Amino acid sequence: MEISASSTNNRGVSWTSRLGWQALLFGATVVLAVPILVILSNLAQPYSPSWQHLFDTVLQDYVLNSLALMIGVGIGTLILGVGAAWVTAMCDFPGRKFLSWAFLLPLSMPAYIIAYTYTGILDFSGPLQTSLRNIFGWQFGDYYFPEIRSLGGAICMLSLVLYPYVYMLVRVAFLEQSTAVLEASRTLGRKPLATFFMVALPLARPAIVAGVSLALMETLADYGTVAYFGVSAFTTGIFRTWYGLGELTTAAQLCAFLMIFVLTLMVAERWSRQRLRFHKNSAQKKLVRIKLRGWRASLATVLSLTVVLCGFAIPAFQLLVWSLNHWQQSIDNGFLTLLFNSFSLAAMASICCLVLAVFFAYARRISSSGLQIGAINIAGLGYAVPGTVIAVGIIIPAAWLDNHIDAFSRAWFDYPTGLILSGTLGALVFAYLVRFLSVALNTVDAGLNSIKSNIDESARSLGASGSVIVRRVHLPILKTSLLTALLLVFVEVLKELPTTLILRPFNFNTLAVRTYELASDERLMDAALPALSIVIIGLLPIMIITKSILNERSNHA
Amino acid sequence: MKPHASVTHVWLATFIALTWVTPFTQAGEVNVYSARQESLIKPLLDRYTEETGTEVNLVTGKGDALLTRLQNEGLNSPADVLITVDAGRLYRAQQAGVLRSIDTKEIKENIPSHLRSSEDQWFGLSVRARVIVYAKDRVNADQLSTYEALADAQWKGKICVRSSSNIYNQSLVAGMIATQGIEKTEAWLNSFVTNFARPPAGGDRDQIKAVAAGQCDVAVVNSYYLGRMLASSDTQQKAAANKVSLFWPNQTNRGTHINISGIGVTRSAKNIDAATQLMSFLLSDQSQQWYGEKNNEFPIRESIPASDILTSWGPFIADKLNVTELGRNNAEAIKAMDRAGWK
Repeated sequence: MEISASSTNNRGVSWTSRLGWQALLFGATVVLAVPILVILSNLAQPYSPSWQHLFDTVLQDYVLNSLALMIGVGIGTLILGVGAAWVTAMCDFPGRKFLSWAFLLPLSMPAYIIAYTYTGILDFSGPLQTSLRNIFGWQFGDYYFPEIRSLGGAICMLSLVLYPYVYMLVRVAFLEQSTAVLEASRTLGRKPLATFFMVALPLARPAIVAGVSLALMETLADYGTVAYFGVSAFTTGIFRTWYGLGELTTAAQLCAFLMIFVLTLMVAERWSRQRLRFHKNSAQKKLVRIKLRGWRASLATVLSLTVVLCGFAIPAFQLLVWSLNHWQQSIDNGFLTLLFNSFSLAAMASICCLVLAVFFAYARRISSSGLQIGAINIAGLGYAVPGTVIAVGIIIPAAWLDNHIDAFSRAWFDYPTGLILSGTLGALVFAYLVRFLSVALNTVDAGLNSIKSNIDESARSLGASGSVIVRRVHLPILKTSLLTALLLVFVEVLKELPTTLILRPFNFNTLAVRTYELASDERLMDAALPALSIVIIGLLPIMIITKSILNERSNHA
Repeated sequence: MKPHASVTHVWLATFIALTWVTPFTQAGEVNVYSARQESLIKPLLDRYTEETGTEVNLVTGKGDALLTRLQNEGLNSPADVLITVDAGRLYRAQQAGVLRSIDTKEIKENIPSHLRSSEDQWFGLSVRARVIVYAKDRVNADQLSTYEALADAQWKGKICVRSSSNIYNQSLVAGMIATQGIEKTEAWLNSFVTNFARPPAGGDRDQIKAVAAGQCDVAVVNSYYLGRMLASSDTQQKAAANKVSLFWPNQTNRGTHINISGIGVTRSAKNIDAATQLMSFLLSDQSQQWYGEKNNEFPIRESIPASDILTSWGPFIADKLNVTELGRNNAEAIKAMDRAGWK
C-alpha cells in the first residue's frame, strides 16, 4: 500500500521507485484486461451473414428484454436496497438489529437457484396452484395467476438476490454521513422523509450508483435465470449464437457490444458527477436514530421481514425440505471434498481480489494518467460479461502462451513443457479476479471516496508519512469497506458456475458445479443439498464479517 | 519496498494451496472431457478403472465450451477422449479437426452406420428419442400421428414445448430440414408455433408436469425424462408421469427422431490404446445396460435389451437419418426457429 505514499507524498520517495510502481500497476491492469481485450478484439473480425439474420429476427427482442430487465432490476434493487439501508441505519424499530444482519442473507442465494425453487412453488403444476385448483374446483384458464417464468418473474428473482449489494454499500454511506448535515436539515424543519430525499439520498449517490451498477452488471451477465424462465435476453442471444449457430466470433462480437454499452454507462455516470464531491466530514457525533412508533414501527418490521422471507427464508426452506427428502442421493464420499474445494477456492480468490482492488482503488485515487484509469475501467468490465465468455477470453491467450512456451522449450532445450497455465487452478483464480475485480473495486472505492483529501493533507501537515496515513487514518475508516469487499467476492466465487465449469482442472468439483449439473438434468430435488450447502457456507462469512461490520458501525453511529 | 509480513504469508499460502489442490495427471491415465454430466458417466469410468487398473481423469462442461478448450489447447491438450450428449457437437468437433480416426472393427460392427461418423472419428454410445407425451384423460392416441401433424389446427393452444435454445429441439428441426427441406419445415414451424399453450420455458420435465396439470394436452420431450419421472421416488413426480402416456411419432413414415450421446478420441491423445479400450468398455454389454437402467436411454447396440420401463412403451421405429445431418443443419434450424418466433 506504499503506492499511495509514493504519490501522495512526493518528498523522500525517489522518482525511480515511483516509476517502478506505476509500471507494475499498469502491467497488472493490462494482464487483467487481457481476457476483455481478447473479446473486444473480435470487433475487428469479419462480420458473418448471421448478423443480418439476427437484425432481421431476434436481436431487437434480446436488446429490449435486457433493457427491461435492467430497468426492472435497477428499480427493484434501488427500492429494496436503499429502503433496507435507511430503516436499519437511521430508524429504530423492533427487530432492527436482527434485520440489519438478516437483510444480507439473500446474498448467499444463487439467482438460478432461487428461480428454480420459486418455480417449484408457484408454477401452474406446483403445490400452491394445484391446491387452489383443488379447493375451488378451477381448471386451467379459470383464474388469473401471475406466471413466474416471465420477464417480471426474472426481475423479481434477480432483485431479491441482488439488492444486498445496494444495501451493504448504501448502509455504510448512510452511517458515515455527517450527522451535522442531517441534523441541520432536521433543525431547519425538514421532515425525516424530506431529509431522506433531499439530503441523505443525494449524499449517498456514489454508494447507490456503485451498488446498483453491480446489480445491473450481474443482471446483464446472468444466463441461468433468464434461460430457465425462457426470457430472450442478450445473454440468451450470445449463447444461442455460439452453441446453436456454432459461431463463437459472432457471439464474442455480441458480447463486445454489450461491454461497450456498459462502459458507456460507466463513463456517463462518472462524467455526470465529476463536478460533485462526496466527502464526509467528521461523524463522531452519535446520530440519534428516529424512533418509529405504533403502526410505523410495525410496518417497518413487517415489510423488512417480508423481504428477508421472500429473498431467503422461503427458498431456503424449500431447499431444506427437498434436501431432507433426498439427502441420501446427494451425500457421497466426495461431498466433503466439494465443501472443501468450494470454500478454499472462494477464500483464496477473495483475498487475492481484495489485495488487487486496494491497489487499483488507490491508483485511481491518486493517478492522473488517463491511460491507467482507462485500463482499470476496462479490467473492471469483467463483471458484466457472462462467465463462460470470460473463460473463453482466458482459454485463448493462456493456451496460446502455453503452446508458444512449449514450442520454444522444445526447440531450444528439447524439453516439452506442455500446458503450464491451461487447466490449472491458477487460471481459474485468475478468471475470478477478472470477473469479480469490479465487485471488490467498487466497494473499496466507495469507502475510499468518502475520505476527504483534506484529511490526508491535515495528517501530512502533522508530519505523518504516506504509509502512516494509510495505516493509521485510512485503514480504520476503510475497514468496513474492505471486509465488505472480501465478503462479496467470497460469496460470489462460492456461487460462481460457468467459469469454474469450463476452466477447472481434471477431477475438481465444486458445490456450484454439482448443483448445476443436477439442476440442468432437471433433478432439482437432488440438487437441493449442494445448493443449500452453498447457502450455508455463504452464511459463515456473512455472520463473522457482519458482526465486525456492525460493531464497527455502532462506534460510528 | 519491503512487503508486509502478513502479505507475504497470504501469497505463500495461496501458492501452496494452488499447487496442493491442483491434481496432476500422469502418463498412462486416460483424460476425459465430457459434456455428459458427472453422475451419468463417473460410475462407468470408476468401473473401468476397477477392471483395468487404468486411472481416468474427468472434466465435465458444456459441449461447445469443452470444444473451444480442446481447440485452443491444440496438440498439447491433455484430453484423450471427448464425450458429448448430442451428435451436433461431435460433428462440430470433427469439423474443427480435434478428433482422430479409430478404425476398430469390433467397435464399428457394434454401432449402426448412421449413428457414427463415416470417417470413424466418433461413435454413438446411447440413443435418446424425442417423443410426444399426451394427457391420458383428454387425448386419444388416435388423434396423434407425426411431429408434422402437431401443426394442425386441432392443437391450437394445446402444445407445451421448451425453448428452441434447447439442443434437442434444434436437432428435431434439423432432422426435419434434412428429410423434408427448409421450405416445408418453415411452413410447419409457422403453424406449430401458433399452437403453443404458453411461451416456451422450463425443461422437459416441466412440460410433462404441465400436461399432467392440464395446462396443455400434448408435449414434445425426450423419452428419458418420462422414464425418470416414472422411476422417481418423489410421489408428485410419479403421479404426474402416470397421468400422461407416451406416443411414438412418425411410425408410418421416417420413424421417431433420435439423437445420440457419443465419444471420440482426440487428435492430441497421448494414450490412444487406453482411450480405445475405454471406448470399447463403454460399448460393452454391462455399460450399455447401465445407460438404460440409470438414465432410461436406449442402448446403441440393438442386441442389448432395453430396460423395463423402456420396453413397457413397446417397440418403435427410429429415424434412420444419419445423425451427422443433425449437426450439419443445426444453424439452419436455429435460424428457421428464430424466423418462426419459437423463443
